[in-house]
Amino acid sequence: MTRPSPVALQRVVVVALWSLATMTIGVLLFIIVYILAHGLPHVSWGFLTQSPEYMGRKGGIFPMVVGTVMVAGLAVLVAAPIGVATAIYLTEYTREGRMTAMIRFGADCLAGIPSIVFGLFGFVFFAITLHLGLSVISGALTLALMVLPTVVRTSEEALRAVPSAYREVSYGLGSTRWQMVTHVVLHSALPGISTGVVLSLGRCVSETAVVMLTAGSALRLPHSLFDSSRTLALHFYMLSREGISMPNAYATASVLIIAILALNMLAYWLMRRFVAKVR
Amino acid sequence: MKQDKAISLVLLLIALSAISGLALITVFIFKEGLPIILRVGGRDFFLSSDWEPSAGHFGILSMIAGSLAVTAGAMVIGLVFGLGVAIVLTQFCPAGLAAVLKPAIELLAGIPSVVYGFMGVVTLVPLIRTYLGGPGLSVLASSIVLGIMVLPTVTSISIDALQAVPRPYWEGSIALGATQWQTAHMVMLKAARSGIVTAAILGMGRAIGETMAVIMVAGNPLEIPHSILDPVRTLTSNIALEMGYASGQHRQALFATGVTLFVIIMVLNTVALVASRRYARRGGAR
Repeated sequence: MTRPSPVALQRVVVVALWSLATMTIGVLLFIIVYILAHGLPHVSWGFLTQSPEYMGRKGGIFPMVVGTVMVAGLAVLVAAPIGVATAIYLTEYTREGRMTAMIRFGADCLAGIPSIVFGLFGFVFFAITLHLGLSVISGALTLALMVLPTVVRTSEEALRAVPSAYREVSYGLGSTRWQMVTHVVLHSALPGISTGVVLSLGRCVSETAVVMLTAGSALRLPHSLFDSSRTLALHFYMLSREGISMPNAYATASVLIIAILALNMLAYWLMRRFVAKVR
Repeated sequence: MKQDKAISLVLLLIALSAISGLALITVFIFKEGLPIILRVGGRDFFLSSDWEPSAGHFGILSMIAGSLAVTAGAMVIGLVFGLGVAIVLTQFCPAGLAAVLKPAIELLAGIPSVVYGFMGVVTLVPLIRTYLGGPGLSVLASSIVLGIMVLPTVTSISIDALQAVPRPYWEGSIALGATQWQTAHMVMLKAARSGIVTAAILGMGRAIGETMAVIMVAGNPLEIPHSILDPVRTLTSNIALEMGYASGQHRQALFATGVTLFVIIMVLNTVALVASRRYARRGGAR
């Protein structure tokens, strides 16, 4: 058997690799189109603003929309300041050493922990030990811990991308380090940091295992942070898994997919603005 | 200057929250889960597949086997596709097109896992049931769904690793008369090897840790699967399925399942960290 010529081999390989890539993009498009085609016809203003009836067989998803916004929003409100402060400490206030290595190790390990383990932890720590119960706040605090590494890493990258000349000029003008960080560095890194925050928000919205174990699955509208609340992702899971209502499951999934698409596009747009600004 | 020191201290305290969070998680998961492993005995817990909480039997062997089977399958699919896409985007694709395709692949990572599971149930499972036999809910279905889910992780880390290979490596190989494909697999992939190993290990961690998608397509029986068409229950789905109604010893056994998962992930992460440190060192030599 003769070996194929390298040029012929390359042709075959390129075709094979491109078909892998095409299939991958195809799967993405198929999922989005399939869900939206089955679900959008059932999405209406009423669906978004009414409460569910008969466990979600009839009615809308208003309490879940509110619950999702509360849980995911609070999680990001907690994670973003902590994550950005961590990144500022790592990039502006210290040199690489044992302390930074330890902080990074913590963040890296946290990033790898499966969501169900976060869920178990949130359940036993926030819900039981701290007596917060299955509630918006238990869910949000657990999610905040889960997305913290993402915020730290993206903020760190954004801060490092700010040219050091900016810092030197700021010092040259007589500012303190804190003034330099808040007025100059953070200002230029803001779009980059926001990208990470928006992506984290997306992860909180789509997370299911954590909220199932920490925020509960109440169908009522949550009136305070200590009420149990069902998020959209969990509602979709329960509707489809228990076969309660396929049309409503598809419609809920459509709302979820559109929210995720919008968040990802926002993150992408912010990233491009950041790259344009720093260059 | 005094103010500077104070700010630095406050920032340090906040920065320690990631590692404190990790410590809290470790302490609480082990505190809840470890006692029952010790009481039942390591052999009866890890090496028995007799899981009958009401009778006090807590053997998780079938779930360990299930997690391993599903993860292995997912890695085959995730690596072939993930690495293939990474090679296409870095070696054979015009920059303009790559700038569109890369965010599209990243979007794949943003789709909720329940949606993947649901898509598996309504499209993949009936196909497998009709054309390959078995219940459809199977190792195969879980592997395919998980493979697609880990693909973005594998792809984006592999792309970073391939892009970190110094440009002269590529130029030198092309100048010696190698084709682009020869250059890609003999030079670029080799130079990026440790980065790709990191990608594979982190992808594996995602596959083992994924819960909701697997619950929906795996079938979740309490048996060790014997073929890829058999249904399967993983460590993660065992926790999520039973946490809702478990109490007492049963709940402790679910935390012990979490401990098992936690230890597996920590070992994988440590290996990945070591591999990526080697890769950073090589990148630093540029």
